[in-house]
Amino acid sequence: MNLALVKPTMDGAASDVFTVARDRLPGKGPVAEVRQAAFDDFIQKGLPHRRIEEWKYTDLRVLLREVAPLAAAPDQAALDRAKEVVTSLDVNGAHRLVLVDGTFAPQLSDTTSESGVTVQTLRAMLENADIAARADLLRTSVASDAMISLNAAMATDGVVIDVAENAAPGKPIHIVHIATQSKAAAFTRSLVKVANGARATLIESFVAADGTAGYQAHDSVVLWAGNGADVQHIRLVEDARDAANIATAIVTLGERTQYRAFNLTSGGAVCRYQAFLRFGGQNTHADVNGVSLLNGRQHADTTLVLDHAVPHCTSNEVFRAVVDDSAHSVFQGRINVHPDAQKTDARMMTRALLLSDEAEADNKPELEIFADDVQCGHGATTGALDDSLLFYLRARGLPEKEAQALLIQAFVGEAMESIADEALRDVAIATAERWLAARG
Amino acid sequence: MSALLEVRNLQVRVEEREILHGLSLTVNKGEVHAIMGPNGSGKSTLSHVVAGKPGYEVTGGEILFKGEDLLKMDPDERAAKGVFLAFQYPVEIPGVATMTFLRTALNAQRKARGESEYSTPDFLKKVREVAASLNIPQEMLRRGVNVGFSGGEKKRNEVLQMALFEPSLCILDEMDSGLDIDALRIAADGVNALRSSERAMVVITHYQRLLNYIVPDFVHVMSKGRVVKSGGKELALELEESGYAQFEDQAA
Repeated sequence: MNLALVKPTMDGAASDVFTVARDRLPGKGPVAEVRQAAFDDFIQKGLPHRRIEEWKYTDLRVLLREVAPLAAAPDQAALDRAKEVVTSLDVNGAHRLVLVDGTFAPQLSDTTSESGVTVQTLRAMLENADIAARADLLRTSVASDAMISLNAAMATDGVVIDVAENAAPGKPIHIVHIATQSKAAAFTRSLVKVANGARATLIESFVAADGTAGYQAHDSVVLWAGNGADVQHIRLVEDARDAANIATAIVTLGERTQYRAFNLTSGGAVCRYQAFLRFGGQNTHADVNGVSLLNGRQHADTTLVLDHAVPHCTSNEVFRAVVDDSAHSVFQGRINVHPDAQKTDARMMTRALLLSDEAEADNKPELEIFADDVQCGHGATTGALDDSLLFYLRARGLPEKEAQALLIQAFVGEAMESIADEALRDVAIATAERWLAARG
Repeated sequence: MSALLEVRNLQVRVEEREILHGLSLTVNKGEVHAIMGPNGSGKSTLSHVVAGKPGYEVTGGEILFKGEDLLKMDPDERAAKGVFLAFQYPVEIPGVATMTFLRTALNAQRKARGESEYSTPDFLKKVREVAASLNIPQEMLRRGVNVGFSGGEKKRNEVLQMALFEPSLCILDEMDSGLDIDALRIAADGVNALRSSERAMVVITHYQRLLNYIVPDFVHVMSKGRVVKSGGKELALELEESGYAQFEDQAA
């Protein structure tokens, strides 16, 4: 029997992306070496496709086809267009850090210093030859993935945030990604370190200036939460309807740490959010929740990999997808319980609501358990709106769309309720309401 | 004066099976009609078709409400025009707070009628008054619609909506099912408080017991998809004595 060896091949265009951009990427010497190695890895692997198990449902060779050329640094016109979006997006009282087309924009950011919080830009650190370990800013040891490598090779900027030991900044930190260039790609990488005993809220928003089309946002966030730290992490993906958003979060948790994450995807044509969480200390708890609201031909993939590497940790995942038209939702949740991780309690529940015959939802929960004294559970359901509930609401005077909207809000509500901060919960609910209103 | 509700020779099918074979019924403002009959006689089908529940195929006849063709309207249009169905089994809607539901529904009806929406304080005041009269605690209104409610609480929640929406036609589908005598009395008192010369009620019930609390002006007996006998309230008592069997032959 002849088996054709499928070798990931990249056409010339993909290699060009790096070659053409190389001189514009910050950092020389060791930084440039890490970039080259990362790019070599990407070229060797190629864009992930359906025969790569982790990307089975999100074939980027079909959905993305190619990596767009690196966006130019924003000029004044781009900053002006970005500013209009910032104003409409303001999260009340947040410490705002804005990245326009992958470059930090101090003009649009809140640069007042807050006690216990240090903010630097990735670009400045990569270019600072006094920082011996600067190349490490681009290294990732936790996961090996073509898109993580591409991001490391191409990252132009990002924010590097330190929250000092026992600090409890009053303001949430809001990283705002704004695209203003059509058919271009932005590559950002941010590093957030929340030291022992500190509290922090991190919000990430992905949006576009009016009229920006066909762009790609490639982002990585590397987050460490120290012993006893308490971190809330909210992501709001509201990219333009024909954009791509490929994002990775790499999260390492200490002892007695609380980590509560919530990801809301309502924008973008092709979105992938992959989060890798590692429990590195005992008695730590993580909530990793998410909601996808999709219609048209949107494709959104949420992939979670939780590594319970130590005993006595708990995790809970609640994911909800509302899928209309011919949109496609993917949820992959993997829980690895290592041999030593006794008394782990890990739960995962995913539900998809299909609003049309062409809508598709793929749920893939995976448990890999090597310890014998653990509690792990998962559940997945997929269904349509309940006709008897719809009729009840309509018999009380609600037109069809309003009745559906109320039931959809209720469906995503459970996941939204997990956002502890009321103001942030309202921001997420408002995003869902915008999506419902746009449905008409 | 035209009737409030006029059902003429109604024929209804559900999945190839005819349930109503030419049913006629006329209800005027201010009247309370009871519809009685054995299981499977088509009582609930009638209430569902009037409210506009999907899944029923009307193959003949017509329903006029205030002189308009009701069958051409969506369920929400019917509600805005003043049709209210109190469900036999009110559904639970987790995640939708009762208060949010009540306000959304009331304002949707008012909007459809071209009336201004209620302001929040006016709405809250109105709900509190009605809830108090029905012994519905405020805590219940904060919960999801009917979630964790007892049978009696669900029925009281239906009566609460009836009082809030002020419909001109109330159809009560087996309101007594699953209620003990005290719960039944509270719900019936709520319904009686809503009787008026401007409003009509159609009370669908299997048992005469409910009619001790909600005393009808007219009683109709249904069997096998038709009204086989109509009379005054004494007909209900007669039925209690002799049962439904006597009508089975007439309907056949």
